[in-house]
Amino acid sequence: MPAGLLGIEELPREEIEVILNRAKDYQPMQDHCFKRLDILKGRMIVNLFFEASTRTRISFEIAAKRLGADAVSITASGSSLSKGESLVDTLNTLAAMRPNAIVMRHAASGAPHFLARHLPIPIINAGDGTHEHPTQALLDARTILDVRSSLEGLRVAIIGDIVHSRVARSNIYLLSKFGVDIVLCGPAPLLPPEMARIAPGVRIAQDIREAIRDADVIMMLRVQLERQHEAAFPAGEYFQCFGLRQEHLELARPGAIVMHPGPINRGREIASEVADSQVSAILNQVENGVSVRMAVLERILG
Amino acid sequence: MPELLIRNGRVIDPASGRDGNADVLIRGGLIAEVGAGLACPGAKVFEAGGLVVTPGFIDMHVHLREPGFTHAETIETGSRAAAAGGFTSVCPMPNTSPVNDNPTVTSYIVERASRHSLVNVFPVGSITKESAGEALAEMGSMKKAGAVAVSDDGRPVMNARVMRRALETASAFGLPVIQHCEDINLSAGGDMHEGVESTRLGLRGIPSCSEEIIVARDLLLAEYTGAPYHVAHISTRRSIEMVAQARARGVLVTCEATPHHMSLADVDMPAYDSNYKMKPPLRSRADVAALVDAIAAGVVDAIATDHAPHAGSEKMQEYERCPFGIIGLETALGVALETLYHSGRITLPRLVEMFTLGPARILNLDRGRLAPGAPGDVTVFSPDLVWTYDLDKSFSKSRNTPWGGRAFRGGPVATIVGGEVVWRRP
Repeated sequence: MPAGLLGIEELPREEIEVILNRAKDYQPMQDHCFKRLDILKGRMIVNLFFEASTRTRISFEIAAKRLGADAVSITASGSSLSKGESLVDTLNTLAAMRPNAIVMRHAASGAPHFLARHLPIPIINAGDGTHEHPTQALLDARTILDVRSSLEGLRVAIIGDIVHSRVARSNIYLLSKFGVDIVLCGPAPLLPPEMARIAPGVRIAQDIREAIRDADVIMMLRVQLERQHEAAFPAGEYFQCFGLRQEHLELARPGAIVMHPGPINRGREIASEVADSQVSAILNQVENGVSVRMAVLERILG
Repeated sequence: MPELLIRNGRVIDPASGRDGNADVLIRGGLIAEVGAGLACPGAKVFEAGGLVVTPGFIDMHVHLREPGFTHAETIETGSRAAAAGGFTSVCPMPNTSPVNDNPTVTSYIVERASRHSLVNVFPVGSITKESAGEALAEMGSMKKAGAVAVSDDGRPVMNARVMRRALETASAFGLPVIQHCEDINLSAGGDMHEGVESTRLGLRGIPSCSEEIIVARDLLLAEYTGAPYHVAHISTRRSIEMVAQARARGVLVTCEATPHHMSLADVDMPAYDSNYKMKPPLRSRADVAALVDAIAAGVVDAIATDHAPHAGSEKMQEYERCPFGIIGLETALGVALETLYHSGRITLPRLVEMFTLGPARILNLDRGRLAPGAPGDVTVFSPDLVWTYDLDKSFSKSRNTPWGGRAFRGGPVATIVGGEVVWRRP
């Protein structure tokens, strides 16, 4: 693996497999009576979150601590960023304190790539704008592999606000590397035809029923009102056209699972009873977040 | 001022059709004679054997940032960069602070240039007051003060009625209207060309049609009013087609191409490198090919750099926060030679025409030719000299370019303004 983890697109398939296999080793540790490891003893990891986050930030913190590292978390509102300091100056200041890695979330696409060019410290992308969220795609793949023996040949439907979704992009890049049949579905202004051309094996379905038919995995995306720069779609119609309801599940393959990167909007993109049903893997995703991030941190810092 | 004899270069003068070895004699700041074996005892001699000697290059689209943004560039530093790029005349756009929308600002720029500039500076006035797109600026008095065209560059005129009145008014004063073609509602928030690449990178797109809609509208207005109209930095295949069609039916339309749009596509940008961020954005490979084809077919009248300096701190930010624009004066000839001439797409005289006679015609300047009596502006360049663009030695105050450290085949060797050598390759 290169110095950090900026995205899935440039990550070789073999590297992804190594991380997913290692994450499996860490899964049993998540249960109870957890014993802190000392694999990253003496290392310091800074979690720098310029955007609100609960699960990703805490998951990275727990992963770092379980590996024996020290983790410091900084959020934008409590830092000098709110005093008008530039991103480069903030990062230079942090770099001067010599952390071993910086985990970073930022509202601007490419912000971690920009910093990686100017800083000698590994940067782990915890979500950049509407670009990538690599550890989310890794934990999603881990979650699928917990119920399927291989990704090869699966059909995965990704439904919702695709164009603004870094989760969608990272998942598309990852699943495409494993020969998954990827079907995208969402309101036309939120799903430009170019999305089907960013990786091999991707197609677009207009209708949610068509997207779900024979799917092994249904990934629902949050409607990201904070990234809507215009009224691209009448919000009132959203659930009616693109919300996942119980009756849709019959169209999927037997044993299909429903995933969501969270936080979920019940009644907007997913019906409450689906979110809470047996087919929902949403909490498994959260659990796998820690194992996968342990594997990533170990790979980069170990 | 002593006479200057430029000896034995390959003289290319598109206006007269001359292309052959000759001498050029400049006396009293004016071209005195062009011919073989000229003798002039006492004249300073510039040996140009093996070099190309042409009329002084004119860049009809630059930003010198003075007044108002002198942390990024000044008339003096910009003029030095121009001279080092082989340009003897530049036309600064009016988006200064204050905007060049009245004769006082125009005169200020002309006066500053007369004292601090190495090259001729012909300001472009604004179309509307403060380039706000509403009330027309004082075009007649700006022309008297030295403006050679009007443009609201960077803030295109969105109101068709205002644009119509601007064409009518400017035309009456003999000023061409230069439009930065961009429907700002369609392009709002965009950071790069809209396509697979912007989708891949998660950046908001600037669609081709945001340029084409304004080109289409303006061509209809230019046809309706009969006024001369110029498309700045044309960048899409459809824009080019529309300009060619309009010209074929007699519309007085001209257009310019930048070195970056003819040589770089959206996919050439290293991930999130703001040195590749400008407006119009770098387009698709197909658009780049169409632009080179248009240049070869004679549809493009001028090469202009859109030299747009921004201080380092402004470009050292998240991509979406970085301002648009790159510098280009010092690299224009190198890029154009490689892209157009060494690739075999056009002849050297045609290339020279787009740097000289082309812009001079659009702006009605009595320059861009080597006729006796014309201003003694001459550019000397080598089509084959290999040189490297060292940003540490750039004359511009800014460093925002995709070509830092790049080696070029062919570039300027000397720049002569009014008979004086203002820059010579060290």
